[in-house]
Amino acid sequence: MPRPPSPSIPEKEFLYGSLKQSLRLDGRNPLEMRTPTLTFGPDLGWVECAMGKTRVIAQVEGKMVKPPPERPLEGLITIHSELSPMASSEYESIRPSEEEVTITRMLDKVLRRSDVVDKESLCVLSGQRVWHLRLTIHCLADAGNMLDCACLAGVVALKHFRRPEVEVVGEEHDPSERAPLPLSMHHTPFCFTFAYFPDPTILPVLDPSHLEQRLSAGLMSVALNAQRELCVVQKAGGMPLDQQEVLRIVDVAVGKAKELDKLVETRLKEDWAGRTVEVR
Amino acid sequence: MTLVLPGEQVPAQHVNLKLGPGLLQLSSANGDSAIVATRAGDLNHSANRSKWWIESNSRRYVPAPQESVIGMVIARSGDNWRVDIGSAHMATLDGLAFEGATRRNRPNLKVGSLLYARVSLAHKDMEPELECFDAQTHKAEGFGELKGGFVVHCSLKMCRLLLDPKFFLLPLLGARFPLETATGLNGRVWINAKEARHIIAVSRCIEAVDPDGGSMDEAGIKKFLGTLDI
Repeated sequence: MPRPPSPSIPEKEFLYGSLKQSLRLDGRNPLEMRTPTLTFGPDLGWVECAMGKTRVIAQVEGKMVKPPPERPLEGLITIHSELSPMASSEYESIRPSEEEVTITRMLDKVLRRSDVVDKESLCVLSGQRVWHLRLTIHCLADAGNMLDCACLAGVVALKHFRRPEVEVVGEEHDPSERAPLPLSMHHTPFCFTFAYFPDPTILPVLDPSHLEQRLSAGLMSVALNAQRELCVVQKAGGMPLDQQEVLRIVDVAVGKAKELDKLVETRLKEDWAGRTVEVR
Repeated sequence: MTLVLPGEQVPAQHVNLKLGPGLLQLSSANGDSAIVATRAGDLNHSANRSKWWIESNSRRYVPAPQESVIGMVIARSGDNWRVDIGSAHMATLDGLAFEGATRRNRPNLKVGSLLYARVSLAHKDMEPELECFDAQTHKAEGFGELKGGFVVHCSLKMCRLLLDPKFFLLPLLGARFPLETATGLNGRVWINAKEARHIIAVSRCIEAVDPDGGSMDEAGIKKFLGTLDI
């Protein structure tokens, strides 16, 4: 189907006009993000993250596997993400869209290549047994900025997950002996997407809505943690940006990352307090 | 009012029976006919039990004849326009289906223009067709291109509610500031007001009241309007 049609002329003109007055359609400030709501499921490592109407589910599962011979001391992490037509009728199930490729690659960079999880701590028996973590990301609804939502869901799921502590007795390992342990994480990166508009007098907006994303002249995604460590900067085409501008955006993102870190920590603590994990 | 599921039989009987959305008459070989539901929702009927329909909420629009919709021009093909009305297929709009349009003088629509039109033909095996005038009088009757303003997307139930003259939202907003709206039954509402912040206020209110989203009531909206800058 020849989808998606680009937004209509009145929509485009109105959005640009109101952004010029620093007004956003959902009443946010240009550099204000939607407050994410995190819902934890009955299992450890199951998180639903909602930013406005954008909703993503992330789930972590752990499995014992034999490590590849070139890295006998490291665990494995794989990320599976899929954008199905469930999220929005713009996505087709047959061919991955450009956006899907971007999201998959960004997730890989932010959650795996930036060394979020200490892979050596996933080793059970060198060269014999390591943990294989499988992070599945389901995009349920796309109302703009799916990338940030998916990254947040993924990171929180990894933080929420606890792997069973196993004891190796000869060749056997018994997972039910002790309380499950949280993964040892090096840092907590968050992704922030900024949208730029063709008119240079319009300031960039953080966490663009669906319409803003469609009418933007370029997106820039910055992934960093609350300790000011920059992990990924992605800008695929679009408007050329000034060096000063990039630095300014990174500064803004640092502030947001600190806020988000606090929110995630409190939510995780609340959830853990209300949870009883059986130790048999 | 009862809840029905697709496939369920409906006890609709009348000499002059009229079936509304969500109901289908199935006739078998021996001449009997049964009325079955084709969607899930609340079964309603008129006071004298002659008109029956199912009320439910959804996001995807299925065209039905004589419904007013808001569409966007996608392309031009010959004398016709291809219009996106949010349904599974594009609708066609005859270039002459406007008030006062002739071969020489036809409206100048661009790709991306918004239209307020009526579905003139909706057959399950054919592409829907639109018209921008009353076929009898050839007068515009309010249909035509929508210039300026903004379009809000909402659930189909929300736009039916907005068309109800007794519904509280539009009179409440109209008492605060002058505004113009055109409600399409395809889940799109065009709004226009003098100032951008007013348009934004209307669009946020519609989203807040939408039964698919916030489902806020009148008291809630009054409080919400107080927090907005209008």
